[in-house]
Amino acid sequence: MTDPSRWTPQPRAPGMSYISADMKAAIDLSESRVGQTEDEATWDMAASLGLSQQLTTGAVLTDLVEQGHDIVVCTADLGRPTQVIGFGRRHPDRYFNFGIAERNMIGAAAGLATTGHLPVISNYSFFLALMGVENIRNDICYPGLNVRMIGTHSGLAMGFYGTSHHCNEDIGALRAIAGLTLMAPCDGHAIHSAFTHTIGHDGPIYFRAGRGREKPVYDSPPAWHIGGSNTLREGRHATVLAIGNLVAASLEAADLLRAEGIELGVVDMYSIAPIDRDAIRRAAAQGLVVTAEEHNVSSGFGSAVAEVIAEEGLGARLHRIGMPDQYSLLGPPTHLYRHYGLDAEGVAARVRQALA
Amino acid sequence: MSKRPVHDVDKAALREKARLIRLETLRMTDICGSGHYGSSFSMAELVATLYYRFMHVNPAEPHWPDRDRFTMGKGHAAIGLFPVLSDLGFFPQSWLDTYTRFKSPLGDHPDMKKVPGVDFSSGSIGHNLSVSVGMALGTRRRGSPARTVCLMGDGEQTEGQIWEAAISGAHWGLDNLVGIVDINAAGSDGHPQETMKTEPLRAKWAAFGWRTLVLDDGHDLGAVSRALDTALNEPDGRPTCILAYTVSGKGVSFMEGGWEWHLGFLGPKDLERAYQEVLQGSIG
Repeated sequence: MTDPSRWTPQPRAPGMSYISADMKAAIDLSESRVGQTEDEATWDMAASLGLSQQLTTGAVLTDLVEQGHDIVVCTADLGRPTQVIGFGRRHPDRYFNFGIAERNMIGAAAGLATTGHLPVISNYSFFLALMGVENIRNDICYPGLNVRMIGTHSGLAMGFYGTSHHCNEDIGALRAIAGLTLMAPCDGHAIHSAFTHTIGHDGPIYFRAGRGREKPVYDSPPAWHIGGSNTLREGRHATVLAIGNLVAASLEAADLLRAEGIELGVVDMYSIAPIDRDAIRRAAAQGLVVTAEEHNVSSGFGSAVAEVIAEEGLGARLHRIGMPDQYSLLGPPTHLYRHYGLDAEGVAARVRQALA
Repeated sequence: MSKRPVHDVDKAALREKARLIRLETLRMTDICGSGHYGSSFSMAELVATLYYRFMHVNPAEPHWPDRDRFTMGKGHAAIGLFPVLSDLGFFPQSWLDTYTRFKSPLGDHPDMKKVPGVDFSSGSIGHNLSVSVGMALGTRRRGSPARTVCLMGDGEQTEGQIWEAAISGAHWGLDNLVGIVDINAAGSDGHPQETMKTEPLRAKWAAFGWRTLVLDDGHDLGAVSRALDTALNEPDGRPTCILAYTVSGKGVSFMEGGWEWHLGFLGPKDLERAYQEVLQGSIG
């Protein structure tokens, strides 16, 4: 390891993601230590955080406070990555950063709720839902407290951070908790609707979100209600019921399949618990039902759909797209999505296979 | 707990090992497109001294029952550990070239199922001191001379589980257990003491029943060696906590201090500057 030629800059690798000059131009770099004298390709953490533009939580909550809602925000050293730091600057008296202390934060949010505030917890889903599941159950849900939680970076979003940072079990854990509403906003506009249209709901809600770099699905805040869904594409051959990143992937898959004469319906099933039974009935009546999620297929959203199909005797064929019941590999997210069939090509291939 | 011989590695050699950690961190981040420079550079002297002077491990038998064990609470600094494990012979150097690529064993966090020499996986902050308590209990029960060392972050000190582990380590008198806190003053949301104050850490660890050693400069190789020698080879019936005050990004001038370079990427011109600074620097 003493060959000095080892320590010289290497050409960029194909297929890896880098922050381009164009991307940097669209980011607020006021906190970055990278200045004009540095390389165009150089970035620090301040720049990378600016890429999570679909995480609109901070902006939406700022609006809701201005409308008179008594919101306080809690995070555990993830105010910047989950994009609620702007809310904290605007309303420092309504912003509580607990440091890396998730369970303490969840308990404190429950305590804040008992004083009439509406606490919103913003954290990575794997530390919030998986580490904190017992506190969520006993401190927030069993007492039925009015707390909102948004778990970001769910599924494979953390890519090469490795299996410890992948979150493919949160739906299963949370779906088992009585009295908890579980929803999955798939982009920034959906996050806007998710908070705004449930603001009057009395009881806990968990929003499962991505890392904020997703391709947007909606042009404006979509319709949103507990137990609802949004039909984005009608199709007579099969219907994909999708959540999260798989909504955009399924829409692209529908485009691919249309060229082959297959008409694929696509529904954003953003309400996981309670689930939109009517949407499942409609899909089953059409024929083939495909569920698509960035989560373990065992115990996830697809399992919830399977329960409805079985219980109601709908007799439809069901194909579940998601993570296999095993621990994920590590790698850049796009490579993982391709490997596990969680991109447009993957969804299209499964639909073709099911219809063959 | 029994003493173990100290390897005959001088300061000049340790300085080169710490340099290797920094050079490889720069190179592997170049491969990945993103990396935790700050945390790897802050721990370089601690990890180099620990592994090359004090740890008793056997790369030919990674699961040797009497090996000393190393766990990382701050798993995001694994990029600085992998070059050491490879240099010691746990796995081929070519593995480093696959860092974070699809299906690589080497990701941003250490994985015991994939990487020989990694004693425990991490990634979720606050878990590994508890795991280390279990290792120390288990090896002591077996009559093994093994010592267990857990490297934590300063931001990690807010996790409740750290203090549960601290209570149990002292309760059971685990003098085969050493905690090191790499106090580099960088976290995701900024300076950990501003996010959530945990100081005075010395008084806290002492109150929890741990022998507490303070390194005012965690990059001073002589001081690091003396502290580790005390912690590992002068057992006194208590676990030891070494509070190492370090500098995030140490060794590359434009990265030193602050939270911004906790994570980042260097374009070719800046990478060349960083390589030159590390190659010409003389830390510790």
